[in-house]
Amino acid sequence: MSMYFDYAATTPLHPKALEAMMPFLTDNFANPSSAYTPAREARKAIDAARKQVACAIGAQPEEIFFVGSGTEADNWAIYGILEAQKKKGNHMIISAVEHHGVLYTCRHLEKQGYGVTYLPVDSEGFVSPEAVRGAIQPDTVLVSVILANNEVGTIQPLKAISEITKAAGIPLHTDAVQAVGHIPVDVNALGVDVLSMSAHKFYGPKGIGAQYIRKGTPILPLLRGGAQERGRRAGTEDVAGIVGMATALTVATKEIAAEASRLTGLRDRLINELLSIPHTRLNGSRDNRLPGNVNVSFSFIEGESLLLHLDMQGCQASTGSACSSGALEPSHVLTAMGISHELTNGAIRFSLGRDTTEDDIIKLVEIVTKSVGRLRELSPLYDDYLKKG
Amino acid sequence: MEYTEKVMEHFMNPKNVGEMEDASGIGTVGNASCGDIMRVFLKIENDVIIDASFKTFGCGAAVATSSMATEMVKGKTIQEAMLITNKAVMEALDGLPPVKAHCSTLAEEALQAALWDYAQKNDIVIPGLEEPKEHDHHH
Repeated sequence: MSMYFDYAATTPLHPKALEAMMPFLTDNFANPSSAYTPAREARKAIDAARKQVACAIGAQPEEIFFVGSGTEADNWAIYGILEAQKKKGNHMIISAVEHHGVLYTCRHLEKQGYGVTYLPVDSEGFVSPEAVRGAIQPDTVLVSVILANNEVGTIQPLKAISEITKAAGIPLHTDAVQAVGHIPVDVNALGVDVLSMSAHKFYGPKGIGAQYIRKGTPILPLLRGGAQERGRRAGTEDVAGIVGMATALTVATKEIAAEASRLTGLRDRLINELLSIPHTRLNGSRDNRLPGNVNVSFSFIEGESLLLHLDMQGCQASTGSACSSGALEPSHVLTAMGISHELTNGAIRFSLGRDTTEDDIIKLVEIVTKSVGRLRELSPLYDDYLKKG
Repeated sequence: MEYTEKVMEHFMNPKNVGEMEDASGIGTVGNASCGDIMRVFLKIENDVIIDASFKTFGCGAAVATSSMATEMVKGKTIQEAMLITNKAVMEALDGLPPVKAHCSTLAEEALQAALWDYAQKNDIVIPGLEEPKEHDHHH
């Protein structure tokens, strides 16, 4: 038996998305830029998909551009906005809890001579809008703040931030990869100028994403070549991917209220039960977090060893810890939240989704409780703690 | 990242877990911020290691190398134990992923730290054994 608690990493393809994709994976392989009937059908499918994606986030269809991934969208936003405003300045402001797609791009640019201000976060991972105001310089040309954090699920006060960036005339980008399809996202309510999303996080296919670009935002293309996406993103369109993405997002948007409330119930139950294990800490906000996100640290044990234990018992989860998946840096998100290295190493993320049931939560708690107990028996830190009293 | 079957076996069912009340030597290496701490307990009689145990905070490889290293050292003389290298521990586990190689180094260091502790307590010199370094272990 396998229990999947890693929906924030990726989600299974929705059957309706697959169904919508099938014609473009089989019979209709036409290049949508060609001038014959099947190509026109493919073009029509892309146009319809663009409308669906726009509708899901309160945008206009001409403000949606399909890309190859959330990471591409993040990179495009940063490079494209900086390049378009070269004469204005070379300083950007990002939060300390950005996804690697933004963070590593900015670190790279910093080495190339750009100025980057990393906004601190509080112990729950929130950026303060006032800190954004305080960080703005005359040469600031971009602010980028993640909408919902991938590790701890903290949902940022984007609206308050956008009021500040708008008044200052600085484009605001948000990585909304974890948010779209899971919480209501409206680009006008948020006031963002550029918003990045990725299909496989909301039961669409992998290898396809989209960029929302508000009309009038200064941004140059990242990829140049053909005239696809109105000349702003070259490359033959992944018709099946685009159609699958739009279908998955339409389904997710229709079910968003009911599913968010169901998951929030399961999430809170999981949080409460895990916190009843002694020396356990919830990372992130109790309330203002993604409906499916649970991130906890178990003192005295290391995250990877717990993951392996869970894996051997059929539970799939994730960690941002030092030893996981060969990543040698401790989680920059938990570190920015002021969490000690030891607790950062013991952090585990469980992310819930469509197929998670109450029964799964009950079984998971049983397995985690047992595994944490076994690993603490192994731990010299736990011994030291018990001796100190 | 893939662990061998041997690593998983020693991780899920580690041998020699626990503190040893009458240990002749105890060695602790690593620190929590780098993600691994190993504590090795040795019971030594007439220059022979008659028992070994450990407590480890760390990843799967750290637990597995602790388990394997304590298995390997049991029954050995002190001089034989000095010859247990991180490579030997790694080979006995059918290998470790490259990013985890440091865990086997930690196991070797923990064994030697326990031997050092024994030597200090008994005022003897073990040829070739150096004082354990204050641990500042960077991955």
